[in-house]
Amino acid sequence: MSIQVKNLKHIYEKGMPTESIALENISFSVEDGEFLGIIGHTGSGKSTLLQHLNGLLKPSEGTIVIGGIDITADGVSMVEIRKKIGLVFQYPEYQLFEETVAKDVAFGPKNLGLSEEEIEERVKEAIELVGLDYENIKDRSPFELSGGQKRRVAIAGVVAMRPEVLILDEPTAGLDPKAHKDVLDMVEEVHAKTGNITILVSHNMADIARLSDKVLVIDNGHLVTMGTPKEVFSHRDELSEVGLDLPPITNLTEMLRTRGMDIEETILTVDEAAKQIAQYLKSKGNN
Amino acid sequence: MNSIIKIENLIFEYTKENTDEGIRAINDVSLNIERGSFTAILGKNGSGKSTLAKNLNSLLVPTSGVIYVNGFDTADDEHIWDVRQSAGMVFQNPDNQLVSAVVEDDIAFGPENLGIDPAEIRKRVDKALEDVNMGKFRDKPPHLLSGGQKQRIAIAGVVAMKPECIIFDEPTAMLDPKGRSEIMSIIKELHDEGITVVLITHFMEEAACAERVIVMHEGKIILDGKPQEVFSHEKELRAVNLDVPLTIELATKLREEGVDVPRNIIEMEEMVEYLCQYK
Repeated sequence: MSIQVKNLKHIYEKGMPTESIALENISFSVEDGEFLGIIGHTGSGKSTLLQHLNGLLKPSEGTIVIGGIDITADGVSMVEIRKKIGLVFQYPEYQLFEETVAKDVAFGPKNLGLSEEEIEERVKEAIELVGLDYENIKDRSPFELSGGQKRRVAIAGVVAMRPEVLILDEPTAGLDPKAHKDVLDMVEEVHAKTGNITILVSHNMADIARLSDKVLVIDNGHLVTMGTPKEVFSHRDELSEVGLDLPPITNLTEMLRTRGMDIEETILTVDEAAKQIAQYLKSKGNN
Repeated sequence: MNSIIKIENLIFEYTKENTDEGIRAINDVSLNIERGSFTAILGKNGSGKSTLAKNLNSLLVPTSGVIYVNGFDTADDEHIWDVRQSAGMVFQNPDNQLVSAVVEDDIAFGPENLGIDPAEIRKRVDKALEDVNMGKFRDKPPHLLSGGQKQRIAIAGVVAMKPECIIFDEPTAMLDPKGRSEIMSIIKELHDEGITVVLITHFMEEAACAERVIVMHEGKIILDGKPQEVFSHEKELRAVNLDVPLTIELATKLREEGVDVPRNIIEMEEMVEYLCQYK
């Protein structure tokens, strides 16, 4: 499974006086098992791009080939596409609606026309994969759970479809720091266990730097750059021009470098920063 | 101390759906907020912090205990508008707070409802637009603005009511980094102008900007002090699903590496200054 996007263009309200180009000249590929981070400020075209990847929007020009199938071709089965590509929207818990957690998670698999046994197995697997205790939670109402738990149940509903590509749009917005970390650990674990392609859209640069194999930067409907976190976050000025920051720790270590401290460029974790700073200070005979 | 908000033994219970059973969201909280101060309230999802905020401007009234805002009892129906005019509220999602098709009408909505003279409203709207740096968007429809811009308009709408105190309930949760820093600098400016600020947030860096940080857990206050003081309780904070600002995390790790960083460092610039003196 891989994704190839070629020369993607999307025009909103084509032919109308209000016509606007939302995406233009977007080309990139994601390989099997990769974790892709997407960053861009509000209105940059991120959400429009995501909606193309699972066929909710059709491009005005260009192609999107996923697992060998051109999903933009006429007559292609959208049902088949959406089985393969799971999209978790922002605040997905607003979409919870069933009486019990198990029923809610089963909704997607049921629509795939699977057998009762298969559905139950998938529901159980998905609930446990998102870090919840199946026996304990399956008969509870999703509405009496905590914010973090609701979010996990909503994600489990998509995971239960066993998508080969899992796309998450700001999955941690509004969560407290612990729930934030738990949800991302869970995404990481699902990725490791299923070997899926995971695409994460986030405003949190530290999360993007930590989790992604590759980072794609989008601005004003155009692809600005794509590369490893280290490559992308070494372009501080370019990122700043498109309204994006470095991860906070990288910001701090770059300030130290500007002030003349001789430490490595583009440090992405607090552990690494602490080591490098301590080493530098020791080499200067301090502390 | 001159308190604008006085909370005495506040208990607040929600009634569980279809039953008489109460769920206690706030459990015997007493607290004073000093006039002109900047207080941040932290707590995990469900810790009671938003319930507390809603109690501060009579959106909810105490199950028991009493709250005075500017001397007015929040449970006193006769003074509900005095309470709300004293303590304005800004919520997480600006879309829920914008009502008009044009930015300046939206800002005028609150003062109009107070029955204020049109000439005075004009002045207030201009000043509020200037405060949030949105003057050039005055005749635009709010739905065409970005999230951060919409939140600025929502804040201007509250500012135009001339409240002495503004309660911000996770005002940056839905915004991108640029939108977040815009809102935070406006909050700091409003505080500098003398407005009492109560900021509820999940972002430790935002709380570090306050003069006082209060941590809630299971309906009670468990920590209350200056940011330096509160964030020195790293273990306790993590135990209640919270975190510490980046500089504190780095300082802890530097200490493990043998660098003796002082405990009062909390701002990034302070950390950079401290480390650079040894280079």
